Amino acid sequence: MPEALRSPETVGRVRDALVKYGFIAVTVVLFVFFAATEPAFAQSSTMFSMLKFASVTAILGLGVTFTMVVGGLDLSIGATAGLAVQLAAMTMVFYNLTGPTAVAAVLLGGVLVGLANAVLIVVFKIPDLLATLGMMFVIQGAKLIPVSGQSVSSGMVLRDGSVAPGRFTPDFLLIDRGFVGPVPLPVVIMLVLVVVSWFVLSRTSAGRILYAIGANPEAARLAGVRVGLYRGLAYVISGLFASVGGLILVSRIGQGDVNAGASSLLEAVAVALVGTSVLGLARPNAWGTLLGALLVAIVLTGLTMKGFQYYHQDTAKGFVLIVALLFSFTLSRRKVRYTPAT
Amino acid sequence: MLDETPSAPDAAGATPALELEDITMSFGANQVLKGVTLALLPGRVTALLGANGAGKSTLIKVLSGVYPDHGGTIRIDGEAVAMESPMAAARHGIQTVHQRIDETIVPGLSVAENLVFEEIIRGEIPAVRSLRRLLPRAREIAATLDLGWSDDVLTKDVFELGIADSQLLLLARALSQQPKVLVLDEPTSTLSQSEADRLFALVRRLRDEGVAVLYVSHRLSEISSLADELVVLRDGRIRNRQEAPLDMAAAVRSMLGDTVLAETAGRTEMRGTRVAVEVRGVQLLHRSAPVDVDLRYGEVTGVVGLIGAGKSELARGIFGADRLRCGSLRLDGEDYRPRRTADAVRRGVYLVPEDRAAEAMLPGWTIATTSTLPFLRGVTRSGILRPGRERGVAEAVITDFGVVATGPDQNVDALSGGNQQKVVVGRWMHAGPRVLLLDEPFRGVDIGARGDISRRAREQAAAGACVVVLSSDVDEIREIADRVLVMVEGELRLDAYTTEVDNDAIVASMSEVA
Repeated sequence: MPEALRSPETVGRVRDALVKYGFIAVTVVLFVFFAATEPAFAQSSTMFSMLKFASVTAILGLGVTFTMVVGGLDLSIGATAGLAVQLAAMTMVFYNLTGPTAVAAVLLGGVLVGLANAVLIVVFKIPDLLATLGMMFVIQGAKLIPVSGQSVSSGMVLRDGSVAPGRFTPDFLLIDRGFVGPVPLPVVIMLVLVVVSWFVLSRTSAGRILYAIGANPEAARLAGVRVGLYRGLAYVISGLFASVGGLILVSRIGQGDVNAGASSLLEAVAVALVGTSVLGLARPNAWGTLLGALLVAIVLTGLTMKGFQYYHQDTAKGFVLIVALLFSFTLSRRKVRYTPAT
Repeated sequence: MLDETPSAPDAAGATPALELEDITMSFGANQVLKGVTLALLPGRVTALLGANGAGKSTLIKVLSGVYPDHGGTIRIDGEAVAMESPMAAARHGIQTVHQRIDETIVPGLSVAENLVFEEIIRGEIPAVRSLRRLLPRAREIAATLDLGWSDDVLTKDVFELGIADSQLLLLARALSQQPKVLVLDEPTSTLSQSEADRLFALVRRLRDEGVAVLYVSHRLSEISSLADELVVLRDGRIRNRQEAPLDMAAAVRSMLGDTVLAETAGRTEMRGTRVAVEVRGVQLLHRSAPVDVDLRYGEVTGVVGLIGAGKSELARGIFGADRLRCGSLRLDGEDYRPRRTADAVRRGVYLVPEDRAAEAMLPGWTIATTSTLPFLRGVTRSGILRPGRERGVAEAVITDFGVVATGPDQNVDALSGGNQQKVVVGRWMHAGPRVLLLDEPFRGVDIGARGDISRRAREQAAAGACVVVLSSDVDEIREIADRVLVMVEGELRLDAYTTEVDNDAIVASMSEVA
């Protein structure tokens, strides 16, 4: 076919290839570049520490992915992760309870935040961005009250002058430090959640319904879909995932840092957005979110090894996001869509 | 097969205002226009006919600069030009009034600002100029159509205009640019008869002033009274060209190709006996009197009324999409209070909504996923999707309705309006409805698809379903329904079998005022 040789078609094909594989190619190229120039980069210990580094962002990003699938966004995930940090610390340090109790308290807290968001959005019809923004401030403020704005750590002096009775239990600290075989536990948790999210979103009727709500909520409703129920479900899942991310975070830092989680919001939103561009899918999806988190981890680890200071990190993250968005929006000339996988 | 070898008639050697030569246009692998050659002469109305999916909308978008990467040549007054943007089309004197008004009206702006919008975007009028200073020009534009809009109307937000007035606004805006070529895409689909008559008079006036008009419509009566020549597009090619006097039968034959027109005369009337839905004391509009009516199994009930007569309110109430103001429903003699659409779907009560794009289509979805959305339970096992089952449903919908598509994985956005509607109607019929409510099912649907949908709807009723078709078109209702209900301002005015009333009686009761 002679037309195939005409230049607009060739340009189009190159663009299609860029849209589909450009993002993965960039990730691979960066990986190879760092591996070639920094011998320490390609070691398995670095690999695992990178994956570990990516896990919190990836898990929070998965929560964001669910809310993006229904056409919304959860801005309260950073605060929810921070709440998880403090709940875990308070449960163990203030009340001297066990690690499993702390885990239960944290997950319950995440689900309750998600439910509150769901009620505000579905029942009271507050736009998702505003409802979750309000929720963000409420959580960030409210969690300071019982601790008088102090970070919670073992052996701290309480308001009545006594010393806090508990400490971070060893089993709780294992969440971040434990291994399954050679693989760090946070990495396992991340991979399990990615697979579960992928399966739910692309292989179950619930996932199909979530995408339908994102695509056209009115058409979904008139097809007999219970839009409110499933939209609410997305926010509950988001709250739950944010609290799981918070669990790993608090287990890593070993104290109830009041500022923990605050910076994870934008990172999580960014990786979920980056993820929409993977394979030119142009839709929020679980594997894309994981890849987005990995790309960020590769860039940051690589730059750190090259001697860049921590204050370069945000700029680097911003560039990663913009490059990925170039692939998904500019080159593909497509809007983000809500098409289910088939 | 070609009905007739296309040959471009050269009328009296006049230079065409617009010439299209061998225009092609593809979307991916899908070639929509396969070489269209067409000349529009000044002072003539050329009608463009074609079933949905024939490529009409694409052709219009090519010549209005929306698709710059088409193949072939466009000439204006004999000179080849690049139609690289809608602005370029406007510069060359081509004005198009598109079918979908929501894409061309600017919400949030006043009526006056919308009228002078072309001037604003060209920078001839500063966008920040106060509304009062826009008014003289807006009045001038409105006057070209004798719209008779007061300053009160002109300063309103454009959203407060009805759909028909919005259409007139766009037309006035197009005319204010004194086009050499005016393209009208289904201009009367939202207009009442008197508004349409006004439009026809205007089109004739423009023709006499030397404008070349391309008139796209499904309504054959309009075309036969208005057009000087006619071209038929089918499957991306021109299949038939005629000059007045027009042979509409030949045009329709070449438009439909091999598909057969729905037989209306020879059909058997069905009369149901068993009541499906009892509507009691239901108030449909704000101040209307309560309505009592029984909808029966085994017949097609046609509800006819103008826009705003309360038809959609009735259908949406029965489907649970909107709460009924007051009154009660019974289904199969039992209390029926659908609190949400899911309740209705579970009971076998289905609705095909009025506005396909806004209320039924999911952008980017495939035929398969669109078809199975209401009945995911049927294609899952413990919540897990079974792709084989899903394809099966989609294939059944495609074959049952003769959807023109590459297969279950075809993107619905790429389907023509008629084929989209077949998918949307087909997914409910495939599930075997108890009560099937079709709200304006033929809007933007070509005659072929309309025949298919109407035939299948009658088959459903024959198989025992209660089928209710709501429309503002009396002919549509006569074609499909056994029984006709006329609604005026939320109240029931007539309930009769279609064989027992003639059109005049129906129209008379529609225009009756309380």
